[in-house]
Order: sequence, then structure tokens, then C-alpha cells
Amino acid sequence: MDETSATEAVAEPGFRDIVRLEGVQKYFGSVHALRDISLAIGRNEIVGLIGDNGAGKSTLIKVMTGVLAPTAGKIFIRDREVDLADYSVRMAHDLAIETVYQDKSLADKQPLWRNFFVGRQITNRFGYIDIKREKKIAEEVLLRSIGFRGVGITVDSTVAQLSGGERQGIAIGRAMHYNSDLIVLDEPTVALAVKEVRKVLDFVRRIKDSGRACVYIEHNLAHVHEVADRLIVLDRGSVVAEIAPRDMSVADLTEFLIDLQKAK
Amino acid sequence: MATGLIRRIEGLPIILVFACILGLFMFTAPGVFLSPFIYTTFLSTLPPLILLALGLTFVIGAGEIDLSFPAIIAFSGFVFALLFKEYQLGWIAVVAALAAGLLVGFVNGLLVAKVGIPSFIATLGTQFFWAGMATVLSGGKSYALRGAEESSVWQVLVGRIDFGPNAPIWLNQISLQAVWTALIAFFLWTILTRHRFGEHILFIGDSNEVSRVVGIDVDREKIRLFTLMGGLAGLAAIFLTLENKNFFGNQGQGYLLTAIASVLIGGTSIFGGRATIIGTIFGCFIIGMLEAGLVASGLTGAWVRTVQGLIFLIAIVFYLYVEEPQRRAAFLARLGFSAKFGRAKAAE
Ligand SMILES: Nc1ncnc2c1ncn2[C@@H]1O[C@H](COP(=O)(O)OP(=O)(O)O)[C@@H](O)[C@H]1O
Ligand SMILES: [Mg+2]
Repeated sequence: MDETSATEAVAEPGFRDIVRLEGVQKYFGSVHALRDISLAIGRNEIVGLIGDNGAGKSTLIKVMTGVLAPTAGKIFIRDREVDLADYSVRMAHDLAIETVYQDKSLADKQPLWRNFFVGRQITNRFGYIDIKREKKIAEEVLLRSIGFRGVGITVDSTVAQLSGGERQGIAIGRAMHYNSDLIVLDEPTVALAVKEVRKVLDFVRRIKDSGRACVYIEHNLAHVHEVADRLIVLDRGSVVAEIAPRDMSVADLTEFLIDLQKAK
Repeated sequence: MATGLIRRIEGLPIILVFACILGLFMFTAPGVFLSPFIYTTFLSTLPPLILLALGLTFVIGAGEIDLSFPAIIAFSGFVFALLFKEYQLGWIAVVAALAAGLLVGFVNGLLVAKVGIPSFIATLGTQFFWAGMATVLSGGKSYALRGAEESSVWQVLVGRIDFGPNAPIWLNQISLQAVWTALIAFFLWTILTRHRFGEHILFIGDSNEVSRVVGIDVDREKIRLFTLMGGLAGLAAIFLTLENKNFFGNQGQGYLLTAIASVLIGGTSIFGGRATIIGTIFGCFIIGMLEAGLVASGLTGAWVRTVQGLIFLIAIVFYLYVEEPQRRAAFLARLGFSAKFGRAKAAE
């Protein structure tokens, strides 16, 4: 892929929402995973997506990012409707939308530089990878935007050698490198030590500071509450509430979600 | 650290093992292993095994398996022998046999990627089907390709290079299939290590899910993968049939275990995600050399499979230990701390 297309996309002026869903439904066989979802993500906000296990959070962002096709509904990117027959992860990448999944964003046995570029390698016209160039860019990103200096990690390290926080750092750093307008994070802090969680939250703030949007799925309410501009609550496939964190304390938010559970 | 060195030089452990076994045979059977002819013989007999193992390196590296290639050796070999001998079609027979291999591989790919059948089962099925087809169509007959060496097909594909009357005899015995196989091996090495397709294959072997998420078209790459394997098996069938100047229905049988063993001895991971062409080639040399070396050293042929099997197992355990620290830990946990392991598992 040529590197310019992602940057050009950023320059596109005058859109309000980076992504908007309208009436999205998703069935897995008879399981109704998403029920008539309509929501919008603004161009420079952090939206926290919360809800119980199995509420449909991961499914929602997979539909949003081209991994899964919705059963029904419309998707708008930068206020323009996308043709769902064409929508794919690759197209989402081209539209500057990046996703960081729990622990499924990086391949364990592969070196970091390959993880950085896989899916959009710098190649010649026969498909051969420009290894030198990929390594050099990966190294710059590693040092500069991710800040892995002097921790014994190089672009040749395999992912398996990294700690959980470092993995999320690499995955988020990769997303930022591609000048994405929207970075989607699916429970990036699961199974991380407290110090590592701090790093991830710093990464999330960096996304906002650099003028991008972020959808952040998180189990720990204190964490989302701390960084999100807006919270969307999902319950059994439906959006049941939108909450501004400054209007509700973490304790009240917890109560609210517990009451939702009881209502089941 | 030892692990680091092993990683840096592709296939280093297996190259050392190869050197040790070679040294051993030079000692136990000097008459055979210190003369050049055993090596020129290898160059004419090993190419089919190497071609199969090259394809399997990609397949196993992608976390899949192909058990159907012995049937492709039979089926493509039959297509080739029939068209070459009965219909005198020459190069068209070559093209048809290759196409047959590619087609069988393509069908395997569709079954695995589109229908979603695990490759172990899918290719077990197609193995029976195509081997059966070869037997039915050939009526169990074998084809002797007498006089084949007059044809341009034979001369170009499996002929000997003529270095002139003054060259040493062994030099004039170097077979062309070795040259073609070396070129293909080099080409596939560049694909695996520096081409987008090779990278995709290793990511797929690492994790199908990660591969989808990063935008790899997993289904398409798997179809390509099995098609490649089929094409290589088709070419192996042509080389084998031409070199033997004979086709018979179960000529592929001996390759199932030796080809898979060569790949795994070479250091390609049984769990996928890591693969080495150089390792595979040395794995093939070891497997081929054992056969000749054990017999030349005075052991009966019955020992050959036993020793091959032993080396195969030692290699697997070795790689597991060196290259899969997490699995090693899990294995130790299962042995020593099974109660603790069970609890950790339940809590997930
Ligand atoms: N690939 C799938 N096939 C079938 N059912 C699925 C699949 N993915 C998710 N589901 C179902 O959809 C529902 C929502 O799952 P998910 O989006 O993973 O929830 P969350 O991320 O909020 O925990 C669950 O009932 C889950 O079992
Ligand atoms: Mg989830």
C-alpha cells in the first residue's frame, strides 16, 4: 500500500461524525446480538462503551470496523454512507479506522516490525516486502511515539516477549502511526498490572490530544469514567443509556449498571 | 544466548545435525559416503521429496496439514503417464499433470477455506478420492515409459547436464531435476521470507483471528496455499515418473510420512506460525541420507523407518523445548503441578 492514502483521508474537511450507525441489527443464527443500534462518534471525542459480558460490545465494534457485516442497517463514515457489500477491515483501514482488540491485534511468534506492517506492507509491484524500510519506520515509531527506549525491545523482538501493557502500547502506537481518525479499543486493560493500566490510559489520552476519536470498551468503570467524554451503555444488544461522566460518579454508575442486571 | 544464535541463522540446529550424521556415515560406510556418486544419486532421487516438503512447509507453517499429496503423486502421475505414453502428447502431458495437481489442491483449498472442514479431515477425504480415481482410471495398470529419454520432456526436466567428455564422471551425472528443484526452493524461500504471501501464511499459522483483524484475506490465502501444494505435488509426480521411467498406482505411498517428517525435523513449527525452507531442505537430506547410510553401514532396511521415526521424535521434542517456552511450561505444569494447572484453567 502507498502510505499517502491514510494521510489524505485525515485532511478531508467538514465532517461531523467519524462514524454513525443507523438501525444496525446483527444476528448470529438465532442469537440477536445487536438490536436496532443507532449511535454516532464525533471526530474528537472518547466514547466509552460499557455493558455486561455478552451485551454485544465486541460485536458492535466489529460491525463498525468491517470485521462483521451487519444483518441490517446503515453505516456512515465521515457522514457518507458506505456500501456494506464492499466494507471490510481493509476498507476501514483505508478510511483511517483502526482497531486494537483485547489480545488479538498482534501475532505472537512474529517480530514487531512484521506486526507493524502486516496487512499493508510496503512492497514492490511484485509483492516483495521492503524489509529495510519497514524495519526503519517500525523502529522510529517504537522509539518516538511508543517511547520504548532502553527496555531491551527491538523491532526484531517477537510479540511473545512483551508484557501485556507493552503489547497494547505497540498496538495503539501502530494505530496512531497510520494517522487513523478513529481508534477502537476493545478491553485493552484486561489482565494488566496497575502500572501497565496507567500506560494504556495515557495512550488513550494521547489519542484525544492528537485530535482523533476513540471508542473505548472497558470493564473497569473507574478507568472509562476517567478518560471518556461520553459513555454508551449496552444491554442485551440494545443501547439503553448515554451518560456524561461528569454528571454521574463512578459509584452511581456502578449502581446504575447493577440495577440493569437486576431488571433481567 | 543459545536460543538467540539458533534464531539468527536459519536452520542452524538442523544443519549441525546433518553434518553430524554425514560425518558418522563417512566413518561407518566410507566406501559409499566418501565417493561422489552417492551424492549425485541423491540429486536424482530426492527432488520429489523436496518439492513435497517445500509445499508442506507453507501448509504446516499456516497451521494446516495436507494428507492428499500421495494421491496427487498417483493421480497427476497417471495423467502424465497416460498422455505421455498412450497419446504421445509430450509437453501437453506435463501441463495436464501440473493442472491436475493444481486442481486437486484448489479443491482442497475450497473445502478448507470456504466449506470450513478442518484440513486434516478434508485432505484425508480427498486423498482417498484421488487415489481411488487414479486406480479406477488406470485399471491398476502400471505404465513403463520406455524410450522416454529420447524426448525433449525427459531431457529438459530430468536429463543429465553434459559437461563434456573431459569432465569428471560424477559431474556428468548431475540431474536437471535437482537444478529445477534448487531454483524452485530458492524462489519459495524468497516468498516465505520476503513476500507478502509468505508473511500472510505465517500470520495465519500464528492466529486466524489476528490475521482477519489485520486485514488478511484468510480464505483466499488458504486457497492459494493448498493450490500451491497441489502444483508442487503435481511436479513431483512428473519428476518421479520420468526419473523411474515408470508409473505405478501407489508410487506416492512412501512419501506421506517422510515428507511431513522432513518439514518438522527441519524446524517448522507443528503449531504453525514459524516455518523454514532451509531447515526443510536439510530435513529432506537427513531423511534421504538415513535410508542409504543405514543400509550401507550394514543395518537391514527394516531399521530405516525405525531410525527415521526416532530422529523425527527427537527433533520434535527438541524444537518444543527450544522454541515454544509457553508450551514447555504448560507441559511441565501438566506433569508436575497438574492440580494447580487444572485450577488455573477452571478459573479462566
Ligand atoms: N461469532 C459468533 N457466533 C455466534 N455468536 C456470537 C459470535 N460472536 C458473539 N456472539 C454472541 O453475541 C453476543 C454478544 O457477544 P459480544 O459482542 O462478544 O459481547 P461483549 O463483547 O459485550 O461481551 C453473545 O451472546 C455472544 O455469545
Ligand atoms: Mg467482548
